[in-house]
Amino acid sequence: MSNEWPLWEIFIRGQHGMSHRHVGSLHAPDAEMAIKNARDVYTRRNEGVSIWAVEARHIAASSPEEKGPLYEPSNSKVYRHPTFFDIPDEVGSM
Amino acid sequence: MDALFQFLLRMGDNTLVLGHRVSEWCGHSPILEEDIALANTALDMIGQTQLWLGLAGEVEGKGRSADDLAFLRDAWDFRNVLLVELPNGDFGQTMMRQFLFDAWNVTMLGRLMQSSDKRVADIAEKASKEAAYHVERSGDTVVGLGDGTEESHARMQAALDYLWPYVGEMFESDDVDAAMVEAGISPDPASLRGEFDELVGRVLAEATLTIPASPYAHKGGRTGYMHTEHLGHLLATMQWLQRAYPGAKW
Repeated sequence: MSNEWPLWEIFIRGQHGMSHRHVGSLHAPDAEMAIKNARDVYTRRNEGVSIWAVEARHIAASSPEEKGPLYEPSNSKVYRHPTFFDIPDEVGSM
Repeated sequence: MDALFQFLLRMGDNTLVLGHRVSEWCGHSPILEEDIALANTALDMIGQTQLWLGLAGEVEGKGRSADDLAFLRDAWDFRNVLLVELPNGDFGQTMMRQFLFDAWNVTMLGRLMQSSDKRVADIAEKASKEAAYHVERSGDTVVGLGDGTEESHARMQAALDYLWPYVGEMFESDDVDAAMVEAGISPDPASLRGEFDELVGRVLAEATLTIPASPYAHKGGRTGYMHTEHLGHLLATMQWLQRAYPGAKW
């Protein structure tokens, strides 16, 4: 049995209406302590209103070796970007 | 007014001395996350100290600031309970001491929010949010270690056996307390015991730890009658800069 606590990935929502963003990772014995540790490590300067903790082993990740087949085909498809519309200023940031 | 000054010193010296003790872990904790969490707790305690001792200086009316009271008094003028000046010991002992103090502090602050003195009530309201988090965190750690491995359980039980005789002092009452109750400023410490026992009993039971049967209580800290030998050493470390270089600022 490993003596290391499991690794958790921490996501914090900075303000209401925004989405949670990955801020980093930390070690904790369980989910509750992961949230407490996240509170102490990542929100001490008033950064957040909500914390998610996900044990790192539950995250499925794409493989870097597959980046060719996964991403390169979309390089040449500019028509997929919505850059051909005039967006009124009143819309604000999108 | 002297009773109010004494009362405020007791509140501020508790958080000052414990805050300094906890800060001694900075850079030495068993794991990075706990190091940061303990440093946060220490800073919260120092923050509460600034409020309590700041008001104490104001009430005293001799122009002493929170810093003057923190750095320029000697051991016999300190009014903290003995519990908070005890050495850190191992991490488990530190967390047990923290939990026992947090449980008292969160209970006391809850009552002080109803204080007839608005300045006291305002400090209590601000501090109680921090205290609520502290007691949740230290309580969880006490449960995790108490109901953990054979080794961690034994260490937590040893910590509880060592610290329990220092719990009773937090519920002692004297003339200062009587004056505070009379003025509606603070509750009688003895009246907090039921709520404290309920909270502490629940957490320690979950931690599979046994509260020592002896009701014996060391005292002398909050009255200033006699501190342990540990306070002088703590103050020597905490105060040396102001003592060696009076008025130094940066």
